[in-house]
Amino acid sequence: MTEWLHPAMLMLLGALLLPLIRGTVQKLLSLIVPLLVLYSVSQMEPGRSGAVAFAGIELVLFQADKLSLVFAWVFAIMSVIGNLYAWHIEGTGQRVAAFLYAGSAFGVVFAGDWLTLLIGWEVMAFASAYLIFASCNAKAVAAGFRYLLVHVAGGVLLFGGIVLHGLQTGSWLVGPLDAGQGGLAYWLILVSFLINAAVPPLNAWLTDAYPEATVTGAVFLSAFTTKTAVYVLIRNYPGTEILVGLGVAMALYGVVFAVLENDCRRLLAYHIVSQVGYMVAGVGIGTEMALNGAASHAFAHILYKGLLFMGAGAVIMMAGRRKLTELGGLYRTMPLTVVLYMIGAFAISAFPLFSGFVSKSMVVSAAAGDHRAAAALLLTVASSGTFLHTGLKLPYYMFFGKDSGLRPPEPPLNMLLAMGIAAAFCIGIGVYPQILYALLPYPVDYQPYTGVHVTESLGILMFTLLAFVLLLKRLDPEDTISLDTDWAYRRGAALFMRLAKGPVLVWEQMLITLADGAGLRLMHRLSRLSLQVDLGVVDALVNGVAETARQGGLVLRRLQTGVVSHYAFWIIAGLIAVLGLPLVTGIGAR
Amino acid sequence: MIGRLVNFFGDTRYKRLRWRLLVVVLGLILIADLLVPRHHSEHFWDAIPGWGAVFGFASCVAIIFVSKFIGHKGGIMRDEGYYD
Repeated sequence: MTEWLHPAMLMLLGALLLPLIRGTVQKLLSLIVPLLVLYSVSQMEPGRSGAVAFAGIELVLFQADKLSLVFAWVFAIMSVIGNLYAWHIEGTGQRVAAFLYAGSAFGVVFAGDWLTLLIGWEVMAFASAYLIFASCNAKAVAAGFRYLLVHVAGGVLLFGGIVLHGLQTGSWLVGPLDAGQGGLAYWLILVSFLINAAVPPLNAWLTDAYPEATVTGAVFLSAFTTKTAVYVLIRNYPGTEILVGLGVAMALYGVVFAVLENDCRRLLAYHIVSQVGYMVAGVGIGTEMALNGAASHAFAHILYKGLLFMGAGAVIMMAGRRKLTELGGLYRTMPLTVVLYMIGAFAISAFPLFSGFVSKSMVVSAAAGDHRAAAALLLTVASSGTFLHTGLKLPYYMFFGKDSGLRPPEPPLNMLLAMGIAAAFCIGIGVYPQILYALLPYPVDYQPYTGVHVTESLGILMFTLLAFVLLLKRLDPEDTISLDTDWAYRRGAALFMRLAKGPVLVWEQMLITLADGAGLRLMHRLSRLSLQVDLGVVDALVNGVAETARQGGLVLRRLQTGVVSHYAFWIIAGLIAVLGLPLVTGIGAR
Repeated sequence: MIGRLVNFFGDTRYKRLRWRLLVVVLGLILIADLLVPRHHSEHFWDAIPGWGAVFGFASCVAIIFVSKFIGHKGGIMRDEGYYD
């Protein structure tokens, strides 16, 4: 442990140092630390771990195996890219938040025990929320609070599940959970993971909040939370049947909502839901190939989705607009951004020679290999939808389409560079998939570049393009918002407030009026009456008894003369009365 | 060079040329899909030439119509100020 510094510790140290410095030095540090993290990950070998004892529980603060390392690699790469993209910003807060966010994500993927995992999980929620609040407008603040509401609820479920699990099994170490033995703990932990993985109907926090984050913050958000959830699902719930259905459903769910969406980053957010669907389905299938597919798709996804969010962010920053209905024609002045964005779009759409092609197909093939033809076909439908939105609809209405008259320049060099690095990874992984495959948790026996796979994929994608061109008018974005499951708590909260301000308030007022008016008068009259009864009856009785006793005592005292002959006289008179009376009356009568 | 490439896809002057290019590419893909060796097929549909083209086109059409139908008729799409 001494010669290896935990990436989370490096990021935490960086987060502590950042506020102490300003200007270019701070910017440099924001790049140096992620680079050090990258070096630290490269020095880590599978099988190493470090533990400390705490309150009788063994805390395994870090535990590296191939699964945690593949996520650590991509988190480290994305930390470098994200901080380069954010080089130009002046706010220290966002840098610190991004450091804590990435650091806690490392904490989760290296956690060997549940309590360490929980701490990372909670820090992630709060650090990431800052990136939403940092937009500093009313919509973002409201979305940030809703985001926190959901994640704090999820954290409580996780905490409850962990405590139950620990008490039931006596083990605090992470690892595959058993539905048969777990009971409530099993489900509590699973639901908390599904919340972070944005599985419908628990998805709305993501599509609600990510588009409200800062331009640079959304890039970090798109990388860490959902993919950490995929990691913990692979680690603890491999082969959980319910995840197959949920994963396929969410792949399609994101596609349907993306058709309706007008906000460029919200459209991309729906495609996070859709893409994470492939990973969740892969975890559910649970074969070595499917888990490899889930891990490799998470790796590829972080890079191309980061690139897409960077592209959309560049447009928002330079054009000052986010709605597709207000954008268009930007290709004239932002050709580099167009090309870089399109590389991400080709990668997410799984074009041959781009990263999605070698990762997504692994999950689909695993589904087919596990005799799940329906799942494989539905995931292929979602692939068509992915290209339709991310590769066609969004770039068409953002960069081409009708001319909005906006002529924004290219974004600053640091943003273009960050996008360039991400784009290089998207192509590099697509061309040399072995680089990625070597990192995967299980040995890879999969060849993405077969003739059929290439021609079939191109057929699906290019005929999707044909359908898009023919139906273009049908896809025109509409100036609307789409109701998602956040309706339940957004409208639910409004309903609650209406209830609180309506019937509940009326009831309360009625009680107050009743108590202050008729109630209080009655109380006063009753108390006066009881006072009279107390004084006139109870006290009079007591006083009367006491007075009578006193008077009796006085009479008795006067009767006592103290002379013996008087007493003797009265005794004899008494005796005569007692004995003599019967003699005179009773006997005489007999 | 990048500017010219992007301009080709944006400028309406090249609309006809873009259509021709698309038709050629689609034709080449179909021909390649007919000729590609199919001795190793993972799924049953791998054995059908042109499957990808038909499935891709049908999927895209279905996604557009089904989604818009759900959005409009299912009460999903609402006015911007719905929550205000």
